[in-house]
Amino acid sequence: MYRLEPRKEISYLLLYLTPVFAIVLTILAGLVLFTLIGKPPLQAISIIFFEPLGDLYAVSEMLVKATPLILIAIGLSFGFRAGVWNIGAEGQFVAGAIAGGSVALGLYEVEGFWVLPLMCLAGILGGMAWAAIPAFLRTRFNANEILVSLMLTYVAILILSLLVHGPLMDPDGMNFPESRIFHDAAVVPILIEGTRAHVGFLAALVAVAAAWFVLSRHIFGFQTKVMGSSPRAARFGGFIENKIIWKCLMLSGGLAGLAGLIETAGPVGQLVPSLPVGYGFTAIIVVFLGRLNPVGILLAGFVMALTYIGGETAQIELNLPKAVTGVFQGMFLFFLLGIDVFTKYRLRHIKPSKTVAGE
Amino acid sequence: MDLTILILQGIIVAATPLVFAAIGELVVERAGVLNLGIEGMMILGAIAGFAVTYDTGSFLAGVIAAAFAGAIAALLFGVLTQVLMANQVATGLALTIFGLGIAALWGQAYSGASTDALDAIHIYLLSDIPIIGPLLFSHDPLVYLSIILVVGVSWFLNKTRAGLILRAVGDNHDAAHAIGYSVVGVRMMALIFGGMCAGIGGAYLSLVQTPLWVENMTAGRGWIALAIVVFAAWRPGWALLGAYLFGGVTVIQLHIQGFGVDIDAQLLSMLPYIVTIVVLVVISRDKIRAKLNAPACLGKPFFGSS
Amino acid sequence: MTKLLKLFTGCLAVLVLMAGVAKAEPTKVGFVYVGPTGDHGWTYEHDQGRLAVEKAFGDKVKTTYVENVSEGPDAERVIQQLARSGHDIIFTTSFGYMNPTLKVAKRFPKVKFEHATGFKRADNVSTYSARFYEGRHVIGLIAGKMTKSNVVGYIASFPIPEVVRGINAAYLAAKNVNPAVKFKVIWVSTWLDPGKEADAAKALIDQGADVLMQHTDSPAAIKIAEEKGIVAFGQASNMKSFGPTAQLTSIIDNWGPYYIDRVQAVMDGTWESKDTWDGIAPGMVGILEFSDRIPADVRKMAGDARDAIVAGTLHPFTGPINKQDGSLWLAAGETADDGTLAGMNFYVEGVEGSLPN
Repeated sequence: MYRLEPRKEISYLLLYLTPVFAIVLTILAGLVLFTLIGKPPLQAISIIFFEPLGDLYAVSEMLVKATPLILIAIGLSFGFRAGVWNIGAEGQFVAGAIAGGSVALGLYEVEGFWVLPLMCLAGILGGMAWAAIPAFLRTRFNANEILVSLMLTYVAILILSLLVHGPLMDPDGMNFPESRIFHDAAVVPILIEGTRAHVGFLAALVAVAAAWFVLSRHIFGFQTKVMGSSPRAARFGGFIENKIIWKCLMLSGGLAGLAGLIETAGPVGQLVPSLPVGYGFTAIIVVFLGRLNPVGILLAGFVMALTYIGGETAQIELNLPKAVTGVFQGMFLFFLLGIDVFTKYRLRHIKPSKTVAGE
Repeated sequence: MDLTILILQGIIVAATPLVFAAIGELVVERAGVLNLGIEGMMILGAIAGFAVTYDTGSFLAGVIAAAFAGAIAALLFGVLTQVLMANQVATGLALTIFGLGIAALWGQAYSGASTDALDAIHIYLLSDIPIIGPLLFSHDPLVYLSIILVVGVSWFLNKTRAGLILRAVGDNHDAAHAIGYSVVGVRMMALIFGGMCAGIGGAYLSLVQTPLWVENMTAGRGWIALAIVVFAAWRPGWALLGAYLFGGVTVIQLHIQGFGVDIDAQLLSMLPYIVTIVVLVVISRDKIRAKLNAPACLGKPFFGSS
Repeated sequence: MTKLLKLFTGCLAVLVLMAGVAKAEPTKVGFVYVGPTGDHGWTYEHDQGRLAVEKAFGDKVKTTYVENVSEGPDAERVIQQLARSGHDIIFTTSFGYMNPTLKVAKRFPKVKFEHATGFKRADNVSTYSARFYEGRHVIGLIAGKMTKSNVVGYIASFPIPEVVRGINAAYLAAKNVNPAVKFKVIWVSTWLDPGKEADAAKALIDQGADVLMQHTDSPAAIKIAEEKGIVAFGQASNMKSFGPTAQLTSIIDNWGPYYIDRVQAVMDGTWESKDTWDGIAPGMVGILEFSDRIPADVRKMAGDARDAIVAGTLHPFTGPINKQDGSLWLAAGETADDGTLAGMNFYVEGVEGSLPN
């Protein structure tokens, strides 16, 4: 008879080792999966997990894919520490893209170094405004932010669709639902020449550094931790719960909005109805994968980006169906979440006779 | 036949998958667990139901397979979140991603296949009554099952001892544990029930609403089920109503277009989501009343330190 | 010195040999799909085209496809990965890939790109599309004759020119043979959601439609038509297995011949950027054999119309045609120009409801 027993202190060794274990287990499970569906298992694993790493181009693509994930995840991580569950980052991402993209289209052909910063600001404000709705409804009316933010995601996506079918549609675009291509001054500059890696990645790095600083040095980082682990203590401690909720949602909304703008003005370069591809949801996974830790999130963003790019490469080279990527990501998360328990608990062997009543 | 009746019948068909998924999730949430993986369980039910019906020719086998597939997925969620205490939000999202992937892989062999739709049961004599007959007594068996489930769950939660225990577990798991109830055990049962319901809801899509298999055919209905549970303030009867309202908005919007009324399809599509938010605000506004409704331990991890 | 020369010629020989080997390498053909290959509609038919290429060239080609590629930020990366991994020609098969295709094409001037349904070209980017409206004309005639209730239901996806063109073409044809006919159009705002498509089909049937047409990708509508005992038309592919008695005929997207032709051009080194908009005559739009359910005289009429389109004596948009608001669009005998058709954003007179936005 085994049972779990809380550790006195979190095992930091295990905390950092679990993602590694999860990757190893996923690879093992992947070998079984590929054998089952009749694809060469070792080759498939190496294409998905290792091939993209050996090539500057693939790495640059990982930067592109990881940028929005990291930005959004950093914002979400504060709320998740504090028990503020914003799962509508996808909607805030879209709201930021709409706000920033509208500025770009409104200032079409206007030159000036200030155009892009203005767009970024609009993107941040757009995301914040969208996140302000669940914040307001939660603090004022006690409405569950998980559901409000989720519902608003669908509303935001429909608004985007409405706009590109109407007011923001390219006047010379033969009536197809997409906006003009942004003017040069409204495009995020490229970071590495010859690739798609753009300056937005630097913004993600800044966000990681800032988050690390806030968490370790600033009172806000402390407050979120206290509120998450014990909301009642937070009230006694004199922090005002509502203020923290607002701050968490503004932060995550703003960063998600910025990510949306960067994606629109960077790799895409125009507003299109299919802009949202689930970054806001994937980022939630990145937060957990990264153990709510800024540096962890940075790494986790890369790992998630790797599985997407590896999955595509595998589709091209081995004709693997796209579904395999999803199965892989799902398994990876299951393993990670499953073995995570051992960072906080240890497995104890107990003699059956000593079993306590009620167990 | 009168158009109103036809529209109402259409609404029932569109709403039934939502009724199944929502009533299952309602029980799960009443037990204090938030499973965001409904979409994943539904799509697994859709493919399992379709594949088994196609291969065996038996609807019953298909529906049972769908329930079983949903239950397996829910069990996976349960082991992770209840035994290994993984975060419920993350595990639910992972389950959705995983379910969509597995279903797509499984379904590759069934693309282009199609089965016959499930026949309606015309209840003897009753279905001949004008208006009420076609509206209430001429549906396929799964519609009746969904109604029975709602009534059953309502009775179970409010009138039985087991239901009381389940609610106790959801409202205060520490107290329930102290009294000697197995929190994890109750929650696992609730999750498996929820998984079976979601699976059957998915199968309704692939066996009745459109008897064919297409990847991602649940198209976000699992998330709507989640909204319905909140909309219903965790009360079974209201969940039924909520599902019919959602189904109603979808179907009526199509009919309005058919009548040639100028109204924007995208604006109409936003309506259900906005209505849910409004309802959520209304029921949560009063903190004391909200406490009566929402399970207090919803989504919180439990560790029985005996 | 001679030693060095020998070494040099030796190297050269090796190089030539290698080049020879390289020459024997198969031509690599890439495809980017917006949906799953199993949608039984749009993507399914493009994949049939890919298989036709494989069948035609055997070992001389190697084809690759990537399915379910969102038209958002991921598209450019997928196209670029295909270009980088040595594909000689890449077909991007959805409108939303237009700008990503052009961006990648700029970076890979030697790779040939073929973008479906778009309107922007470059030296190494061709565009191609099919004149589905010719097929719509034929099924419109049948629908006009087959409807008893004089209500034809039409399930539409998004109000882009191609869809609007289809509605107009089918309506004009139906109206021509049956002045009492009415079209009910429902926009479902999705290409692929079988549940919603089925709901729309039921709503149309409930409102009296006894013939269904669709411009969405799944066979859901035809399945419902079969169930309810009415008739419908397949979309993009032969959907007979979903509606054995309901399907009257189907407009087939037949990409195979075009794909074979373009791959051949790449092999021969004669590929050039161009715009292709082919209809029934060159075989890009196929009309499936008519069902026996259609009366013989109607079958003949529809067949004659198809033949006249092939012969070039019939244009589905021939005046006099007014726009919905009553203003003149085409004078008597005038035919529509391709530019107007390509950007069509208005209903013709007689179609009810207004275009979304």
